[in-house]
Amino acid sequence: MTKKRIVHYINQFFAGIGGEEKADVKPEKRDGVVGPGMAFKGQLTDVAEIVGTVICGDSYFNENEAEASETVLEMIKSYDPDIVIVGPSFNAGRYGVAAGAVAKLVDENLHLPVVGGMYPENPGFELYRKHGYFVEVGNSAATMRKAIPAMSAVVKQIIDGNEEVTGYMPKGLRENVFREERGSKRAVEMLVNKIQGKEFTTEYPMPTFDRVDPAPAVKDITKARIALVSSGGPVPKGNPDHIESSSASKYGKYSLKDIDDFTPENGQTAHGGYDPVYANEDLDRVLPVDVIKEMLANGEIGSLHDYWYATVGNGTSVANAKKFGTEIAAQLKEDGVDAVILTST
Amino acid sequence: MRLEIGNILIKDIAFGEKTEVKDGTLFVDKDELIEAATGGDERIKSLDVYLAKPGDKTRIIPVKDVIEPRCKVDGKGNIFPGVIGDVEQVGSGRTHVLKGAAIVTTGKIVGFQEGIIDMSGEGAKYTPFSKLNNIVIKMEPIDSIKQHEHEEVIRLAGFRAANYIGEAGRNVEPDEEKVYETKPLLEQVKEYPDLPKVVYVYALQTQGLMHNTFFYGADAKKIVPTFMYPTEVFDGAITSGNCVSACDKNPSYVHLNSPVIDDLYEKNGKEINFIGCVITNENVTLQDKKRSSNMTAKLVELLGADAAIISEEGFGNPDADLVMNCNNLENKGIKTVLVTDEYAGQDGASQSLADSTPKGDAVVTAGNANEVIDLPAMDTVIGHPEVANIIAGAWDGSLREDGSIEAELQVITGSTNELGFFNLSAKTI
Repeated sequence: MTKKRIVHYINQFFAGIGGEEKADVKPEKRDGVVGPGMAFKGQLTDVAEIVGTVICGDSYFNENEAEASETVLEMIKSYDPDIVIVGPSFNAGRYGVAAGAVAKLVDENLHLPVVGGMYPENPGFELYRKHGYFVEVGNSAATMRKAIPAMSAVVKQIIDGNEEVTGYMPKGLRENVFREERGSKRAVEMLVNKIQGKEFTTEYPMPTFDRVDPAPAVKDITKARIALVSSGGPVPKGNPDHIESSSASKYGKYSLKDIDDFTPENGQTAHGGYDPVYANEDLDRVLPVDVIKEMLANGEIGSLHDYWYATVGNGTSVANAKKFGTEIAAQLKEDGVDAVILTST
Repeated sequence: MRLEIGNILIKDIAFGEKTEVKDGTLFVDKDELIEAATGGDERIKSLDVYLAKPGDKTRIIPVKDVIEPRCKVDGKGNIFPGVIGDVEQVGSGRTHVLKGAAIVTTGKIVGFQEGIIDMSGEGAKYTPFSKLNNIVIKMEPIDSIKQHEHEEVIRLAGFRAANYIGEAGRNVEPDEEKVYETKPLLEQVKEYPDLPKVVYVYALQTQGLMHNTFFYGADAKKIVPTFMYPTEVFDGAITSGNCVSACDKNPSYVHLNSPVIDDLYEKNGKEINFIGCVITNENVTLQDKKRSSNMTAKLVELLGADAAIISEEGFGNPDADLVMNCNNLENKGIKTVLVTDEYAGQDGASQSLADSTPKGDAVVTAGNANEVIDLPAMDTVIGHPEVANIIAGAWDGSLREDGSIEAELQVITGSTNELGFFNLSAKTI
């Protein structure tokens, strides 16, 4: 078996360049092992070779992230690795965040496995946990002797192609697997165990939800600037942004200037999660443009925001929905909107 | 109610001069099938039949329903009561099944919500229907047809085709037999007095066009929850109103083989006493949800159940029904296991459900429907390949020029089935 190629990312301290006073050093690469790489070499000698080490000062990385990212990624790539090791960064916050960011770069751009080592409370772990196998290590470099074998064990499992890699802190990602028995049989087994008071393991631990308190009521609606936002998929006819019928990856922003009333000719729904017939006949049923324009003309509201925002809620992950909501809300605030009519389906 | 199921194992299909089963091969008289499936419906412009076998380099798109051919050889009624034929009480007597064969309906897309079945390659791994000998009905309606009618026309053609094919099993000696029996409640309780009593809460998706389900032909969104003998489904008491997101809308085939019912019968008399089913719906308004969920809990309590399995159909809005049913039953001291699937985002990092409850401590998952898969190009495509860019789970550009498809698992018919018909699941890594 040819040995796997590993690139190791470390900071200025572990490279022996210096402590805080040298935290602003720019990225550099050195062939072979540097610092803790020597200990990894000892553990992995039969299966892998550390072909290069990339070093960057923690302050430099965090203060010049875009530039540092580009350089570090290029340096890692230049060694054509199979696996990347970052750290261990223990409970060093800026080192952890930099190591996590490097894990993300490698995961998203090179699609290679990344192994790191962090103390669970290192902020870099929570931020970047989904991008690598982060092994739980102690909170200071004094625990290096324990960290190296634990991280090496994970590297070896990856090299072996193990289906179930163990020994790292969960990435918090849901991944599909085929199970031995079909779902109904597993459900019946689980029920029998639950009835008999025996141990059972849920296949999906229910999430804890954010609950949002409603904003205080608008004091004077006749002076308020109102916007229309919807997850019911109301879009101009033809769905110009191609918003997906399910699992939307984007939202659209559309002008209300020339629309006083929706007709089958100027509007439709892009949503694939409900009967679209009635929405396509008259999209005011999803986004009440006709009524709001009337109210505007009658002076019942102060003013109307020039655009409506629309996405499709159907099958769209909560994470994506949160992202759209944050962006839309920021734009509305910038445009001086006081209140929003938010419709679903 | 006692039902004997006789399975005639179908290992191959072919067109022939006569529709019949010979040594495990189902021969289909194409012309007669076309006539039977059309059934004189003037809203049908064209109807053609294709065969798709396991291992074929064939893609069927957009799939609307999958239906198993069965026939009633003894006992009241016919398969699919109230949908086609009379609305007799079914679920007793004897039924023959052409096991290993299915009718798959396709044709011009009605909405966004239809699926894909690949008979080989990566996609085939993700659908239970790639293992069947499929008789594909491709139907195109007349041009003037509106969506609701279009859906109905293709749905009924599928059932007519299934009944026509199912008749071929009437006088064939089955390869295997299975007997299912549930007695009237008081007798059933006495049957195994020391075993915990279990009810199946069978939620049916009922959110409108392409999200509908029918019970003895009645639109299930208009029913209040009701009791059902478990055997009734095996004769087609519950039928699909075609696809919503293909991955987790139950095709009629899955209702006919309703897996939770089948597996509860396995344990019946051993570890549990399976006393019956409560069917309920998943309507879109809060008032409907509350009414149905309260009534479901009341009926389960009235039956005297100690525990229940609750299955979901669909996602998002129906997550609320699942959670309400769970809370209402657990609050009455009835133990629950839930069957659902997940929408955790393409990277699996999002929370998976649109509603949640700490009482839902026993959940079976059928997998993350947002996961992206790559489907290779096929030699033959039955249907309309271009809809691969618009069906639920796809995006503009999902269909590549070479005919391969990149899309979410949602597009695959039956991939994350929430009656637990399939083996796909998910775990946290």
